[in-house]
Amino acid sequence: MDILIIQILNSIFYACILFLIAAGLSLIYGVMRIINLAHGSLYALGAYVTAWAIGTFAAGAPLWVSFLLLPAGAVVVAAVGAAIEPTLLRPLYNRPEEYQLLITFALLLILEDAMHFLFGGTPLTAGAVIDSMGTMPIMNLRYPVYNLLVIAIGIAAAVFLWAFIYRTKFGVILRATSQNMRMASALGLNVKRVYVQAFALGCFMAGLGGAVVVPAQAAVLGMGIEALILAFVVVVIGGLGSLEGALIGALIVSFVRTAGIQFFPEIELAVLYLIAAVVLLVRPTGLSGRA
Amino acid sequence: MQNDASRTGPSMLLILACVIPILVVLVALPKFVDTYQIQLLTYGLIYAIAGLGFNLLLGYTGLLSFGHSAYFGLGAYSAAFMAKYFGVGSMEIYILGGLLITGLVSAAFGYICVRHTRIFFGILTLALSQVLWTLAYKFFWVTGGTDGLRVPFANLTLLGGLIDFKGRDTYQAFTQSYYYYVLFLFCICTVFMWVIVHSPFGKALQAIRDNETRAQFLGVRIRHYRWFAFLLSGSFTGLAGILWVPLNGLVTPDILYWPFSGEIVFMTVLGGFRTFTGPIVGAVVFNYLKVYAVASTAYWQLLLGVVLVVLVLALPTGIVGTLSRLFGKFRKR
Repeated sequence: MDILIIQILNSIFYACILFLIAAGLSLIYGVMRIINLAHGSLYALGAYVTAWAIGTFAAGAPLWVSFLLLPAGAVVVAAVGAAIEPTLLRPLYNRPEEYQLLITFALLLILEDAMHFLFGGTPLTAGAVIDSMGTMPIMNLRYPVYNLLVIAIGIAAAVFLWAFIYRTKFGVILRATSQNMRMASALGLNVKRVYVQAFALGCFMAGLGGAVVVPAQAAVLGMGIEALILAFVVVVIGGLGSLEGALIGALIVSFVRTAGIQFFPEIELAVLYLIAAVVLLVRPTGLSGRA
Repeated sequence: MQNDASRTGPSMLLILACVIPILVVLVALPKFVDTYQIQLLTYGLIYAIAGLGFNLLLGYTGLLSFGHSAYFGLGAYSAAFMAKYFGVGSMEIYILGGLLITGLVSAAFGYICVRHTRIFFGILTLALSQVLWTLAYKFFWVTGGTDGLRVPFANLTLLGGLIDFKGRDTYQAFTQSYYYYVLFLFCICTVFMWVIVHSPFGKALQAIRDNETRAQFLGVRIRHYRWFAFLLSGSFTGLAGILWVPLNGLVTPDILYWPFSGEIVFMTVLGGFRTFTGPIVGAVVFNYLKVYAVASTAYWQLLLGVVLVVLVLALPTGIVGTLSRLFGKFRKR
């Protein structure tokens, strides 16, 4: 029984991270119609920056310093995103989408090696945070408090993002641009600025995912490439461009994965990709996607 | 070149005048350069076969697959399985068996994938290729996991046992013979692909690429044609995978992982995907580029990434497209 509870908590923890990555990917696709292949690498960059910041500035300092530094990864990645959109993506909006896909693939190659160059080949951890927060008893077992905090952050991020998109003026502008870019532009909206903001926001989400995961898992090379594929599975199941879809997809993927590791470890990942393929066939727009 | 070709049509004489000198150089090359260069060129020619197959989908049918690592890897693993579990050493059996397997799988995957176009096609091909990657990765007692499977060239025989490398266990002899073997198959593939894209079938694919609705009105069975193009494309890439195994000597799940699909896309765009010769030039150049980048810096991915950025932003028609445009300007003067 207690193992079941822990497994469920683990699944929700994992779903929160996946949601943060996939929501950003989905948001960028929803507004700009670009599949960002470098999105996983941006998540990895968030993890590296936070781990580096905590390791450099918070060594020996009280715990609250680490918490202040936790969002560093997200902020840096958002800044990187805000720099990438006008320089690399903007010239390509009028070109076939193959080129947009390719430029994000190039970005992936560049980011992977840039991280290798900046942070070295050895994994970076911020494990001190998770250790100093201790554990709490769940029936007869113990569970790290930090994981519960991540779950809280994930839920908070989902609520904020939802409120941001459906309850603020910027959200209205974002949705208008996503539905009809030309019309939004004709009505006097600064579409260029909306694109930068949307891309930076999507990158921020990916960076936040990396930032909150790094105390629990070390930042390693290649983590972004793996994460991207899982985020793809999430958005394909949930529906590209849909926020609720990213949430549903993240929950499905992480629960299937947890169950898979327990009961069918050899085909755990294969099952996920097959689910994605079946969803694409039966409902190409995903479980809650729009046409 | 393709677009020009359909309008003016290069004469057979001009094509022969271009092809024959290149062929002569390729045949004579092993006499003049060392084994390592021959080996590199063999890799390049193998990737060129993969690129030709891939470009049938991207350049001629207008479908961007991000999962062609699946067919390359499938060909490679089929050959490796035959070597390890059935003790087969004949290259021809590898090719026949491997083509059968990649053909069947690409027919099955293609049947699923051609229901979609554009971005969804890309994601679907990617997802299916990753199914194969996880299988190769996780079923380590069959596939060797990340250690991969070894296919030593010493057990290999070419041309139905006519050439083997048992007695004269030299890598040099193998490299030379294998180069000519690959070159021969490369020529066949190129001619075959040339015939395909200039056949009514190939023209129909281009019609689908340019205007799907209009092609449908003309009675082209779009999904059928796309499926068949997918099957051919997968088989070409599978053949490249089969040829790659004895040369590389080792097959690991890396060639099924999706960044390798990205490399196939990369080489095709590098050469220029709107031309017939683009993927060939792109594959050979990409291979040299990657080998020298890997040899000269630990950050070779960064270098390749920057090249790709420049390519996409400044030279979207690739090497061949840019050269033929320059040549066209030169001729007008």
